[in-house]
Amino acid sequence: MFHRFANPTRFLRFAAVIQPWIAAITVALIGSGLYLGLFNSPADYQQGETVRIMYVHVPSAWMALFCYSAMAGACAIALIWKHPLAELSAKATAPIGAGFTFLALVTGSLWGKPMWGTWWVWDARLTSMLVLLFLYLGYMALNNAFDDPARGAKSSSILALVGFVNVPIIKFSVDWWNTLHQPASVVKMTGPAIHASMLTPLLLMGVGFTTYYLWVMLIRIRYEVTANKIRTLQRRQAATGESQA
Amino acid sequence: MNGFLQIVRRDLHLAMRQGMDSLMVVAFFVIAVVLFPFGVGPESSILARIAPGVIWVAALLSSMLSLERLFQADYEDGSLELLALQPVALEITVMAKVTVHWLTTGLPLIVAAPLLAVLMNLPDDGFVPLMIALALGTPALSLIGTIGAALILGSRRGGILLSLLVLPLYIPVLIFGVSAVDAVIGGFSARPQLLILSGLLVAALPLCPWAGAAAVRQGIE
Amino acid sequence: MPHFTGTDLVCFRGERTVFTDLDFALAPGDALVLRGPNGSGKSSLLRVMAGLSQPLAGTVTWDKEAIAEDPEAHNHRLHYIGHADPVKPVLTVTENLNFWISLRLEGGVDDAIKAALGRLGISHLADVPGRFLSAGQKRRVNLARIVAAPAPLWLLDEPHTALDQAAMDNLDDAIAGHRDGGGMVVMSSHAMAAPEDAQTIDLGHFQERAH
Repeated sequence: MFHRFANPTRFLRFAAVIQPWIAAITVALIGSGLYLGLFNSPADYQQGETVRIMYVHVPSAWMALFCYSAMAGACAIALIWKHPLAELSAKATAPIGAGFTFLALVTGSLWGKPMWGTWWVWDARLTSMLVLLFLYLGYMALNNAFDDPARGAKSSSILALVGFVNVPIIKFSVDWWNTLHQPASVVKMTGPAIHASMLTPLLLMGVGFTTYYLWVMLIRIRYEVTANKIRTLQRRQAATGESQA
Repeated sequence: MNGFLQIVRRDLHLAMRQGMDSLMVVAFFVIAVVLFPFGVGPESSILARIAPGVIWVAALLSSMLSLERLFQADYEDGSLELLALQPVALEITVMAKVTVHWLTTGLPLIVAAPLLAVLMNLPDDGFVPLMIALALGTPALSLIGTIGAALILGSRRGGILLSLLVLPLYIPVLIFGVSAVDAVIGGFSARPQLLILSGLLVAALPLCPWAGAAAVRQGIE
Repeated sequence: MPHFTGTDLVCFRGERTVFTDLDFALAPGDALVLRGPNGSGKSSLLRVMAGLSQPLAGTVTWDKEAIAEDPEAHNHRLHYIGHADPVKPVLTVTENLNFWISLRLEGGVDDAIKAALGRLGISHLADVPGRFLSAGQKRRVNLARIVAAPAPLWLLDEPHTALDQAAMDNLDDAIAGHRDGGGMVVMSSHAMAAPEDAQTIDLGHFQERAH
């Protein structure tokens, strides 16, 4: 199936068709998820209304990890099969994943303030998210550090795979470190046991975030493909010395 | 094996002739650690509490300093691409580079560590686990760092970018390295931490030269 | 008799297509000269032949087996001279050569080095540290490297660069000797001097076709 989309023009046509649908689905899912989460689900007896931040925080954390896995998978495909779309999808995914990670950190911080009185706490999940953010930033920095975009793509693909292998190791180490140093009275960030009325909005937000990711990724890939075309035209113009319409 | 030894021999030869890199790494290690008493005050109980962490962090940073030049000189004068064309597997060449990095950076750090432990007031119990943990951890740092050094070949930004890439990957070694020392000082066994450090090293031994060779190949294309 | 061939090679570097549908075939004793203006892909083709770069399409084979199948074996059978001359400034000429030759020869390294230095006319530089050498002398040290340890395939990128007439004659003798022994040579060269019976590929005409 992916072979069909190795042709950039065909992919652009496909992307133009499905993009409005994905946008609509995203708005519907996130809208309903937020509504159910903010208005229709129970408040927590301990944390009060602030537990509702969970409906953004938890799906963001899911997406942060999901995007990194998707990125690593795309990089593996790029390195092994050299599919042109794979490199572009990885490059497009990185800022989105970094954005979700940052969102998870910010919402985690907002959630923590009423609970612990501080803006930041070295909780195991938040700390892992922070390290994941650095992995994303490293990938994006390496990708952009080369004059030849193909070199940047290959180099950062290797880095993404190395990072992917390290994610479980880092998670394990951070959990270990956290249990060593954690004071006994800290309330865990996962919130109370998940009740059915909380599960639905969480899942809606989770799927909604995923379709949002696909939406933005389509936009970014279309941008990259078009940018490539412009670069090719510019180069041809420089080579021939004439302007091409 | 012959190729491996030849490359290690030549790089050590070059390191000795080109001077005092190892000494500078140790000097940085010492200075970095010495900054902390200036920063947090000289009270011995505070220094003792933070000693394992400070020494390990300084060791990470020192280990990273010499990574940038690991491949750079050979890359610039054409030796690296020529090495890739010799009848020696590129993975072995990378492993040789890792070995030289550890011998010129990791090993001196291990030797200098007791001095720094004294400066930071580390309790006596902590000395032996610190040395063992560093002996297991510094090779892992060299292995992981070498991948980073290979990935930035031909890039615009070099050194600073290398830190951003490599430091997050160093975190597991840091956590277990410090934990090993803290455990013994607290009266517990450091066996689980040291086993995990050994596990990380054993896992890194085949994987890092493989990833490093892939990175070198794309760097010299 | 092993033949060195390339079929339908397409090379893409720095976001542009350098050449397409390029073929070559060499038998033992053959020479191939690559001509063309700067940037036409002579170095790229040599690097594809060496296995340093992967072509976008097409295969390079030795003795009917693709070189990508066994890169180490391919390394064993080739010598490459690129644009740079890897001579370390702090090591002497002999120490520099000792490293490279020891990777290929089991024994007799010292004799091989002495003989090679003699053939290139630089025996007097044996104990001179690399930093005192001129560009031409470094190139001759690099050439001594490939003369000292035999390998059937020579890939030379602008080997005559920085050489004076005497050195160029030494090089031509070395190439002739190599070919007489059944070796193959592929070289790119601006200089007019090239073996008379050499095949030629003109990479310049790929540029013209693209317009």
